[in-house]
Amino acid sequence: MSSEKVMELKGLTRAFRIGGLLTGSRLLAVDDVSLTLAAGEPAILSIVGESGSGKTTMARIMLRLLEPSGGDVYINGRHVFAGANRMDSHEFRRFVQPIFQNPFEAFSSRKPVDSYLYETALNLGAAANRKQAREVIADALNSVGLDIGLVEGKYPNQFSGGELQRISIARALIPNPKLIVADEPVSMIDASLRMNIVNLFLQLKKERQVSFIYITHDLSTAYYVSDYIAIMYRGNLVELGPSDAILTDPQHPYTELLMDSVPKIGEKWDDVAVLPDVETKEYAVTHCKFAARCPYVRDICRQQRPPLVEVGPERQALCFRPVDYAPQSEHVVAAAGI
Amino acid sequence: MYTLSNVKAYYDSPRGPVKAVDDVTLEILPNEILGIAGESGCGKSTLIKVIYGHIKPPLRLVSGEIRAEMKDNGQITILSAKDLPKVWWEFISYVPQASMSVLNPVMRIENQFFDAVSRFHRAGSREEIRQQVADYLKELDLPVEVLKAYPHQLSGGMRQRVLVALATFLHPQIILADEPTTALDVVVQRGILRMLTRVQQAMGNTLIIVSHDMGVHYQITRRMAIMYAGQLVEVGPTERIFSAPQHPYTEMLIKSLPRIGDHSAREGISGRPPSLLDPPPGCPFAPRCPAAMDICTQVRPPLVQTEDDHLAACFLHEEALAAAHAQKEGAQS
Amino acid sequence: MSKTNTRLLLGAAILAVIFVLGVVMPLFAPEDPRIWNTQPRNLKPSVDHLLGTTNLGQDTFWLLAWSTRNSLIIGFLVAIAATVIGVLAGMTAGFVGGVVDRVLTLLMDVFIVVPSLPILILLASMLQGKASIYLISGILIIFNWPWPARQSRSMALSMREREFVNTAWFSGEQGWKIITREIFPFITAWAFANLINTVLVAIGAESSLAVIGLSSLQESTLGTMIYWALQHQALLGRRWWWIGAPVVTIVVMFIGLFLFSTGLSERSAERRGR
Repeated sequence: MSSEKVMELKGLTRAFRIGGLLTGSRLLAVDDVSLTLAAGEPAILSIVGESGSGKTTMARIMLRLLEPSGGDVYINGRHVFAGANRMDSHEFRRFVQPIFQNPFEAFSSRKPVDSYLYETALNLGAAANRKQAREVIADALNSVGLDIGLVEGKYPNQFSGGELQRISIARALIPNPKLIVADEPVSMIDASLRMNIVNLFLQLKKERQVSFIYITHDLSTAYYVSDYIAIMYRGNLVELGPSDAILTDPQHPYTELLMDSVPKIGEKWDDVAVLPDVETKEYAVTHCKFAARCPYVRDICRQQRPPLVEVGPERQALCFRPVDYAPQSEHVVAAAGI
Repeated sequence: MYTLSNVKAYYDSPRGPVKAVDDVTLEILPNEILGIAGESGCGKSTLIKVIYGHIKPPLRLVSGEIRAEMKDNGQITILSAKDLPKVWWEFISYVPQASMSVLNPVMRIENQFFDAVSRFHRAGSREEIRQQVADYLKELDLPVEVLKAYPHQLSGGMRQRVLVALATFLHPQIILADEPTTALDVVVQRGILRMLTRVQQAMGNTLIIVSHDMGVHYQITRRMAIMYAGQLVEVGPTERIFSAPQHPYTEMLIKSLPRIGDHSAREGISGRPPSLLDPPPGCPFAPRCPAAMDICTQVRPPLVQTEDDHLAACFLHEEALAAAHAQKEGAQS
Repeated sequence: MSKTNTRLLLGAAILAVIFVLGVVMPLFAPEDPRIWNTQPRNLKPSVDHLLGTTNLGQDTFWLLAWSTRNSLIIGFLVAIAATVIGVLAGMTAGFVGGVVDRVLTLLMDVFIVVPSLPILILLASMLQGKASIYLISGILIIFNWPWPARQSRSMALSMREREFVNTAWFSGEQGWKIITREIFPFITAWAFANLINTVLVAIGAESSLAVIGLSSLQESTLGTMIYWALQHQALLGRRWWWIGAPVVTIVVMFIGLFLFSTGLSERSAERRGR
């Protein structure tokens, strides 16, 4: 097994230009994010955030579908976007595979679904000829609970969303990747069928030794399935740590707000005044982006960018509160990593 | 206050009728928050349309009776399905899904209020109405500046709030909210749900919320109706539905939902819901039900009372078996 | 369903007739109908001469068949070549992007902006009627490929963003394969309809040139037939058969192609709608 980190993001930044050429502004969809998925045991890391948090942009950068504006991305210790030692696309695709949000969009409606399975098997070195490929495909489909006989020759519209998503997962498994990046894989699937897919991730992590990066806005499934959770807010990584720790003892005020707002079963909301959503542009600011809504805000939060603080073993938060609101210069930034 | 009796509403399609609402009997009470729960394709959106009286081709009211009692200055008027469109906004209002753009994009918000209100408002000049609207918005914690804005200048959450204000301005007796927060973030969602419940509390009317999110139902509804394949499978107080569900589908659905703080294994339901074009005979959930018996695939279980205020359509309850036998005997004699 | 069927069937029926006239009949022509004075002049239609004879001593019917054949050759040659070149160029430009896209788009824009008819007139008059139908076709191809290219390019651009293209990439497919196997199937329906339309455009363009005497005067096409008829006072001399036959044939051909093409696109839209 490789001793290299499965994935590492260093100071990742991605800017978009919105509005016109002259009057437009620069939107930082991903703002200086550093994150590591260490070598060793496979893990499931959830990236949780609401719309506009940057989680989808990050997923697309990790999948090489989008280029970063700044910072570095490493997969298996190798540079993805630049540098002489850069990973070539063939190697990349054998290491990283995607699962997309909409299973019906993930396949062309004009081709039978198994054509993608065969392509993957033959192109990415999992089989030498069509006969072998069929065996590999049958095996992959089995691990997601499907029989190849029921999949062969059929078109996407002949399957349900849940089945198609499983086929997506099977396809992603064929080259034996070490990392699967799943972008909201169950948000378009009915509640009663979601757990079937989510449980699959847990099962595959164990059986196939593959790590998952699970992008979602749903805190409940994130808690259920992940080892680690990263919370994103307006492009910043505001909290990172083991899922249990984060959700039982959140260190960032936004995490608290998220936890509070999720309509949980078993725990009723109390009718305390709820902060209204603020309409301001919180993207391109040089201080804490959450300051306008934060119940613990102090002056310094509105003046400087908050530091990345180590708040526990394998835990960090982007906030002034854990360091008693001391200004930036007075402490060392935590080394990002889990 | 509003009763649906054996209502069947189908969509006419080239492949045959889509039985979106298939023999539904439901009583809607005054001063309550009722949740209609179910997954995609169960017919809940169609049920809301029927309750609202928005029945246009290809949707067709096939059979059944709809009876609404409208109270107006001490007078009670009985309305049927076709009377309902005449009292939209005034008696019954509809808040659509957050992702749909129902506001006119080239009209300022205040003009949309005037538009909606002008038909019904008994007296008052534009200025008076504007003041009343402004006052109402203040009550709802909405910034008055919103009136001068165009829809695209507002965020999704704010637009949805405006829609709620618009729908409730004339104090309707029934507010229908069809997945009002589905495309919105959790934080925004909480704000809007809170707004809806406050409005209901202040006006003492009935709020009906359609949502596939069981958590939303748990938090704000007091009574729930669970739909599956166009049929009502369970109706009862929200607390009891979650603590002691009376139908296997409800039970399995609730058991499958992950809860924060609880790492116990969860399982989804196997198989998938039946097509509304060609539902199986008997109980629609039978093919996926671990407790299915022979009778379940032959006879459709009637919705019977299993406990106080609690109804379920399942042959696991003796009451249902008894009712089915009585029906059969009644038909035979 | 029945509505599109009649349109499609009617179009197909008309085209079948044209096909028989233009492709099958010339095989049976007794001799080269272009040659003058093989027949007595200006005869009225009879059993021997179905459409009479022309002022130049040709059998009108066989001349018509021959002309139809040539017009069809020009039409389909131009349409097929322009569509194939255009679609390939467009898809490549849209999918690959970058410099390739900019160069191809420039070429497309040049040929769209420059008006084709004056150029054609210029070229044709320089060649003084000695141009073969192949040369004329070549020029028409050059002026007709940009339209399908632009359409295919914008289709490829939007296709490129579709998720299944990403799935294809992660399945190991490389650029060229993605273009042909993922993107192209979505373009075929449009491309075929466009092909039929281009047939119309090409025949129309050639006929227009011919009528003003700038097409190939050795070959005979429907356009040149009209030209010769006009030259020899067919209108004044009320020789309706001579001038009427090619005009009616062109009109019928256009109607047939139009019905067929729109019938097809209605049918494929219906299929997709389901």
